[in-house]
Amino acid sequence: MASNGLVSPRRRSSDQFDGSDPSPCGSEEVHVLAVDDSLVDRKVIERLLKITSCKVTAVDSGLRALRYLGLDEEKTAGDFNGLKVDMIITDYCMPGMTGYELLKKIKESSALREIPVVIMSSENVLARIDRCMEEGAEDFIVKPVKLSDVKRLRDFMTRDVGDGTSSDGGGTTHKRKLRESFHESPPSSTVSCASSSAPAASTTRSRSPSPSPSPSVSSSKPVTATTDFDFMGFFSIRGKSNNGRHVEDSDQHLNCLKEETVA
Amino acid sequence: MPRFHGQSNHAPVDIVNQLQKQYVDYLSSLFHEGVLDDQFTQLQKLQDESNPDFTVEVATLFFVDSDKLINNMAAALERSPVDFKQVDADVHQLKGSSSSIGAMRVKNLCITFRSFCETQSYEGCLICLQQVKNECAVLKDKLQNLFRMEQQIVGAGGSVPLMD
Repeated sequence: MASNGLVSPRRRSSDQFDGSDPSPCGSEEVHVLAVDDSLVDRKVIERLLKITSCKVTAVDSGLRALRYLGLDEEKTAGDFNGLKVDMIITDYCMPGMTGYELLKKIKESSALREIPVVIMSSENVLARIDRCMEEGAEDFIVKPVKLSDVKRLRDFMTRDVGDGTSSDGGGTTHKRKLRESFHESPPSSTVSCASSSAPAASTTRSRSPSPSPSPSVSSSKPVTATTDFDFMGFFSIRGKSNNGRHVEDSDQHLNCLKEETVA
Repeated sequence: MPRFHGQSNHAPVDIVNQLQKQYVDYLSSLFHEGVLDDQFTQLQKLQDESNPDFTVEVATLFFVDSDKLINNMAAALERSPVDFKQVDADVHQLKGSSSSIGAMRVKNLCITFRSFCETQSYEGCLICLQQVKNECAVLKDKLQNLFRMEQQIVGAGGSVPLMD
């Protein structure tokens, strides 16, 4: 809740809960695990998801994602690190494990395969899209990701939640459902229910694995400028240890770049 | 004269209007010149009272990221033999993040840069590297101007207009 009581005539804070306008998802929020090695993209996708009232956990690699999901060598599947994940959205091109490899690992796991996985990629390559959809991806988003892309995903998630069967009866047609829904016009109203915003340090959080995600306490920043981004030197980040480029093996090239790209 | 709650001072309405008009003109010119594209507007739409500095934050991250990538590229091009695959990987990353913030000219330069990596043209890569460096510096300067204008508008009690 903004402490100075400022309310913009244009836009209400997404942290305010309007009791007269119930969230379509009821009392449960959609929790999305976002995977992207790019710090810029992580920040953007995180904001996009939060503004559509999703809880977000952002990690910078496929390995970290698997660890968060409780699926790594030492632990058995289903040993969740944190809150239940309702959707995974991952970049395709990442050093180490690609988004495609992450997708395969998730779909191979009996505990995790039901979680919808969305792939994001800067390359609009039909072969790549097909390969991901065949492997069970829910959707494929061409970067840069826009609010309309995330809203579409959100609408899909709230339609899916509480409505166990899809209207086409599931099966292979379910894979195409989200892509096809793109051609329908999604509901234009935005959701303004309380969103739990992780503290601003969520991107640095991914560096040191934390056992549980942030509690659902919304922290709205005051309207006046914060000291972290002071005016004259606002392109310098102070006190941030993570300067973004996380490469697990610095000699490793991006394997995804070896694929043929469309002309 | 209307009072705005929470504002520390409030300049006359015509000054705010003038600042807003200058802002819109400046931002329009950036789109017109191709420095920025629609993705930048997309980011501005994500800013609100709970995240009033979002665009500045993303821009800051971009420049930290691009500085590092450019340094990596320069270092890789100085090595013998040049690892063009590594340079290409870095350019690919820069292309991605510039695309995500709507830095269209930087993104387009990266596309050209990648083709020189593919043909393993050392001279082509050097030229592109210099162009990318220059373009990032220009972008930084222009965004600083833009954000400064936003601060002036807000400081004068106005709200920052959103481009459609």
